[in-house]
Amino acid sequence: MDEKRIIEKLNILADAAKYDVSCASSGSKRKNENKGLGNASNGICHTYTEDGRCVSLLKILLTNHCIFDCAYCVSRSSNDIKRAAFTVQEVVDLTINFYRRNYIEGLFLSSGIFKDADFTMERLVRVAKKLRTEHKFNGYIHLKSIPGASDELMREAGLYADRLSVNLEMPTEEGLKLLAPEKNRQDMIQPMGFLKNEIILRTEEKTLFKKAPIFAPAGQSTQVIVGATPETDHQVLHTANHFYKNFNLKRVYYSGYVPVISDKRLPDLHTSVPMVRENRLYQADWLMRFYGFQVNEIVNGQNPHLDLDIDPKLSWGLRNLHVFPIDINKADLQLILRVPGIGLQSAHKIVSARLFGRLNWDQLKKIGVALNRAKYFITCHSPQFEKRDLTGTAIKQYILSQSQSKYLKNSVTQLNLF
Amino acid sequence: MMTTLVYDGSFEGLLTAVFEIYEHKLQQVKIQKWEWLSTALFEDVIKIVTDQNRAGRVLQGLQQRLATASMQRLYAIHMAGFDGEDATIIGYIRYIFDSKINVEEDYGNKYVLRMAELLRMIRREKHRMEAFIRFQKLQDETFYSAIEPDFNVLPLLGKHFKNRYTDQKWIIYDMRRNYGLYYNLHELEFITLDFSTARPDNVISTYTEDEGLYQNLWKNYFNSVNIPARKNTKLHMRHIPKRYWRFLTEKI
Ligand code: SF4
Repeated sequence: MDEKRIIEKLNILADAAKYDVSCASSGSKRKNENKGLGNASNGICHTYTEDGRCVSLLKILLTNHCIFDCAYCVSRSSNDIKRAAFTVQEVVDLTINFYRRNYIEGLFLSSGIFKDADFTMERLVRVAKKLRTEHKFNGYIHLKSIPGASDELMREAGLYADRLSVNLEMPTEEGLKLLAPEKNRQDMIQPMGFLKNEIILRTEEKTLFKKAPIFAPAGQSTQVIVGATPETDHQVLHTANHFYKNFNLKRVYYSGYVPVISDKRLPDLHTSVPMVRENRLYQADWLMRFYGFQVNEIVNGQNPHLDLDIDPKLSWGLRNLHVFPIDINKADLQLILRVPGIGLQSAHKIVSARLFGRLNWDQLKKIGVALNRAKYFITCHSPQFEKRDLTGTAIKQYILSQSQSKYLKNSVTQLNLF
Repeated sequence: MMTTLVYDGSFEGLLTAVFEIYEHKLQQVKIQKWEWLSTALFEDVIKIVTDQNRAGRVLQGLQQRLATASMQRLYAIHMAGFDGEDATIIGYIRYIFDSKINVEEDYGNKYVLRMAELLRMIRREKHRMEAFIRFQKLQDETFYSAIEPDFNVLPLLGKHFKNRYTDQKWIIYDMRRNYGLYYNLHELEFITLDFSTARPDNVISTYTEDEGLYQNLWKNYFNSVNIPARKNTKLHMRHIPKRYWRFLTEKI
């Protein structure tokens, strides 16, 4: 192997792939049952980049050559950059050798479009097939499907990959038209629909016949870029919700747009990355998936944007003070989960612990409740009650003044945006 | 009156101590390991002689009250070797024995809560090891890694790495406690290595040829995936505390 050339390729093709955020390695249950290498059942982050993002997969492009010219993408054909392409074998060797040293949980392989969708997709599938069949590799494989690839290739991809994703890129069709006029949203949705049905079918098969092969066990995910086009959080979350509900997606990733190219249609090159907004979207996404919130409770026509200075659960709490205070020793789990400052784990602990006796502030604190927020929304087995008929604005002021460091720093970063 | 129990540090010793607490109807106790004996000179001291029979009876009592998984957690917490937490374990066991109902989830109780915290610390350390271990390929095709965990979690790592690397030989060596775990393609064994000629964290002379290449590629990869516009040093440091850096190929 030519050491210099392979290092150069890796640098180019990892650099170009880094803007894709959908790289988690969890959600599969592939076991090492063939005395081979690895298993994909853990979801371990092996290291963290200096920007604090988790690295769990070798995330690279097969090539950054591309026939398309999407405005937001570094690999777009009109961009004057160094181009490179891995061979199938090179990707296989890198994956195996990184995996054996415990650097990674597996491979996330994406690609620019070489010639047409199928030509490119066929190579991605070949990498996965080689890893599974020749190397008995049971680590995680996530393939980014190429929009427009044939059903036949998608089906084969599902046999070898743990997760498949087609990136929507822009939250709405209009956004996509603006920045990637050659791309067609229908080409992205069609394979998602195909995979959804195929996954359902294969899962049924699997329950009937144990020997049936597993098919994309970690399901599908997608990514939307936020901040490149003017969509509101309401539109973004609405899109996410639509795909969760109708396409059984496992995850929707929100990628704060990083300005890489100067283009009249795009935010200025000096615009900072909307990191706080991205973070709030993930928080909102959690509320939808694990806390039983509807999109319209989080954002709606009157409040189309998430608050940047406070988290979405607190926003909701302040807008719905009539629901509170609730008695922590009596309320349903569902309601406790809605209290700002109480997470999933604390909520469950509370419900277990109160069977043994009524809980007070001190115990709640030890259980892990963030009292600085929660105390305005709950009563417990203690005489004092903190709400004192405060207005939402007053509560927000109190909370913000008590947790300055955390929130203020965020809002400063965010202020640079406007 | 406060009584100090001194024991040999073993799990059986600890269980024997529990037996004596009940036998002598002791109320307030402190518990210490042998090596700290000198500090306890002027207190009321009982020396616990580890007794398999007595330990066994306590163990049986616990097994009647706790699920197997809870027993394993209790054992893991003791084995992890937390300084000064034996009192928590004793307090927890007494609470379990003194309650008529199952109180394992009574997080309002300070011992139950503290045990949960300790367990969380162990899990986190174990998880960090599973993430941050970096193997280096030696000439005989064994993959070697040196670690220095805060608590004694090496025995908890065997299962994970055995499932993961069934087709390669590997060693994980705890430098602080000077013992290692070796997988020889068939089974796991505990070993100690003689490092009289080399430093345990540096086995570079015995690398395979391509080891250097893959370490380089990994370092390059780590730098390429960074997005400078999103730099967040605080978050980075929180995820990978500095004390792990000297074992991380990409941070050396
Ligand atoms: S098709 Fe994909 S790789 Fe090509 S320019 Fe568009 S986003 Fe970039």
